[in-house]
Amino acid sequence: MKSDVSVQPMSHTLVSRLCQVLEPRRVHTEAADIDLYKRDASNIEGRAGVVCFPITTTEVQDVIRICAEFNQPFVARGSGTGLAGGATPLDGAVVISTAKMNRLLSVDPINRTAWIEPGMLNLDLTREVAHLGLHFAPDPSSQQSCTIGGNVANNSGGPHCLADGVTSSHILACEVVLSDGSLVVLGGEEPEPIGLDLRGAFIGSEGMFGITTKICVRLMQNYSSVKTMLMDFTSVEAGAETVSAIIAAGMVPAALEMMDQLCLEAVEAYIHAGLPTDAAAALLVEVSGLPHAVDEETERISDIGRAHGARTIRVAQDEAERALLWKGRKTAFGAIARIKPNYYLHDTVVPRRKLNEVLQEVYRIAKRHDLLVLNVFHAGDGNLHPLLVFDKREPGVMERVHAAGEEIVRVSVAAGGVLSGEHGIGLEKRDFMPLMFGPHDLHAQSAMRVAFDPLGIANPFKVLPSPSRCGDAHDIGEDMWV
Amino acid sequence: MGLDLSPFAEVVGPASSGSVWIAGQQSRLTAPSSIRRVTAPSGIYDLQPDEMTVVCGAGMSIDELQDSLRAVGQYVNLPRGDSGSGTVGGALATGRSDIYRLGRGATRDTLLQARFVNHDGQVVSAGGPTVKNVSGFDLCRLLVGSLGQLGFLGEVILRTRPIPQSSRWFMMSEAGPEIVEAILRRVYRPASVLWDGHKVWFCIEGNSRDCDETTRHLAADLQSPTEVAGPPTLDHYPFRQSVPPAELAELVQSHVQQETGQLVVEAGVGIVHRQTPAEPKATEKTIELLHQRLLQQFNPTGRLNPGVSLTTVSTL
Repeated sequence: MKSDVSVQPMSHTLVSRLCQVLEPRRVHTEAADIDLYKRDASNIEGRAGVVCFPITTTEVQDVIRICAEFNQPFVARGSGTGLAGGATPLDGAVVISTAKMNRLLSVDPINRTAWIEPGMLNLDLTREVAHLGLHFAPDPSSQQSCTIGGNVANNSGGPHCLADGVTSSHILACEVVLSDGSLVVLGGEEPEPIGLDLRGAFIGSEGMFGITTKICVRLMQNYSSVKTMLMDFTSVEAGAETVSAIIAAGMVPAALEMMDQLCLEAVEAYIHAGLPTDAAAALLVEVSGLPHAVDEETERISDIGRAHGARTIRVAQDEAERALLWKGRKTAFGAIARIKPNYYLHDTVVPRRKLNEVLQEVYRIAKRHDLLVLNVFHAGDGNLHPLLVFDKREPGVMERVHAAGEEIVRVSVAAGGVLSGEHGIGLEKRDFMPLMFGPHDLHAQSAMRVAFDPLGIANPFKVLPSPSRCGDAHDIGEDMWV
Repeated sequence: MGLDLSPFAEVVGPASSGSVWIAGQQSRLTAPSSIRRVTAPSGIYDLQPDEMTVVCGAGMSIDELQDSLRAVGQYVNLPRGDSGSGTVGGALATGRSDIYRLGRGATRDTLLQARFVNHDGQVVSAGGPTVKNVSGFDLCRLLVGSLGQLGFLGEVILRTRPIPQSSRWFMMSEAGPEIVEAILRRVYRPASVLWDGHKVWFCIEGNSRDCDETTRHLAADLQSPTEVAGPPTLDHYPFRQSVPPAELAELVQSHVQQETGQLVVEAGVGIVHRQTPAEPKATEKTIELLHQRLLQQFNPTGRLNPGVSLTTVSTL
């Protein structure tokens, strides 16, 4: 792999070649246009040299072949909702937006598969197949605006991945354009394609192995019964222990989310759902499936909650109440703007049994750095989302935010956890990779990249640490999703 | 840290130490006698029921692992070998799923973290210890089904699942494709649906009362299913074919009409269990190229499990 991809000012020749393979109106070069693409939702800024909007696989191939010819790095982009800088173009890279490739191509309702284009929005897919009693299981909180192509790049999760698994479990095949412009289908509708699981390797590769242009997804049957409950506790510890106890009792709820007190206060002020604002923590638990199993599990989970000191257990009585409880969870980050104008979010995973221990350490870290921290996260997965809130106009606050964030990452990994559960590494956590991986481990990951992209032009400088930083992580946008 | 893999790494040896073969119980692949054999460590290192994970040596017997997990109400989604239990490492290295893939998912999703010995005798870690993890590239997915060609699994962290409250098999006779389709449509997330063109067997897991209601509905709308002890034996179907599930109905009907040998298919999945081998399929050129590049990176001298082809159809 070329580790020193030459990065040059955007060549007029390259742009004119791009305009030969795409309609010129789909090749953006004006500063005002391309400035919109200098970052994803992370606020880690780079610089796009040109932004292309292909609408066919052939056009993606043509654009990439030109990039290869000019040794020009390219970056795939869906809706730009990524939170780790994975879609941030560095040093004038060519941005290839798949936003206009957003069609549902076919559905097989019996075998529950669909072929789609990568720019299709996550929620749009579920809406399109709802009349067949089906849905796409991964549901990132940004599902109204994130693309399935982006979900593939980041192996995205979401609250309902606890029982059904993350994106990788729901993708059967990806048509991929490699960095030399060649086209290949990784995986397939058949369950055991010949050879290595190249599909699985591609998913979560953050755009560094190529660009997907068609995706075959696995769809799930809708449940016939669902119960959503909110239980609150006087200590975070009791809430965390309840999470572990539910799983240890042999149940895997459809979702198992936790909000701490500061978060409950912010959300309640925002949506007025009757949330227990005096509780130290609340669990949002959803059980879905067939009616008898749902009733039985709801009862058992309630018993476990009570045994761990749950003060109240509120079971949503109808769809409207259920939607309100979920609105509280999914709009938590909008609500937080009422406390402070800025926030920085981390995404780490810790073993469930360490949830309380790590959360207490997170509170101590925030206090030490004189910062407010809220926690709203996928407790069932141990997927923490500590949210540091602040006002960036305050002198010196960014240094404290970064120092606290780094400590949170280190504490999570030291507790036996991992760097990221669903946001990916991108630029944000690239230089933390050695916390989790040794030189041989990183070399093996680099070898994967070399095999898929020997030219080293597919979204370079991301994920794998290098001696020099190519982006500088700062605050996260106020309109971000988690 | 988990198991001490340094003795295992030592016996695999550096790149200069010649060809080497990883052998488990040989329930899936037979080790050639001419090549030096090594065996992966065995035993459970850590079992955390509330994490739904287990850490064990790749050389551990699947039956022994399932026994230990059963004691805490869990299981791991790994298939037994063709001739006996087989090892955890063998199941992962071959990467095949069993007949419950429709409901329980693919074998490849079971592996969370692997510590393996690479072609140069170094211990390498891939993946992470938690169920949810997107830290770096997903090397674990490549290792599953790699037939030991990318490295020898030493220690693995596996995702476990709660044992379902009940797991019941039913059978319907005179089952044409419309019956199979109706089962796929109407039964909520069946664990398995097997069909031989004449009979269909299906497995429902979960709450037994829900199961009763499901079968009552099927009896009212289609025909009354008969509860049976388990799935049909597949001992007489030694060959395996993978096709898109949408092609199964035609494939089965064509076999039934032409009487060209029996088969049992996994409906909704696409695995065909055959008495005779299927026509081999050619590997697409770019897929072949990607395999070559990966092998060049991970097994440059070809010393790990030499002679095994990843891109040739086998009946493994």
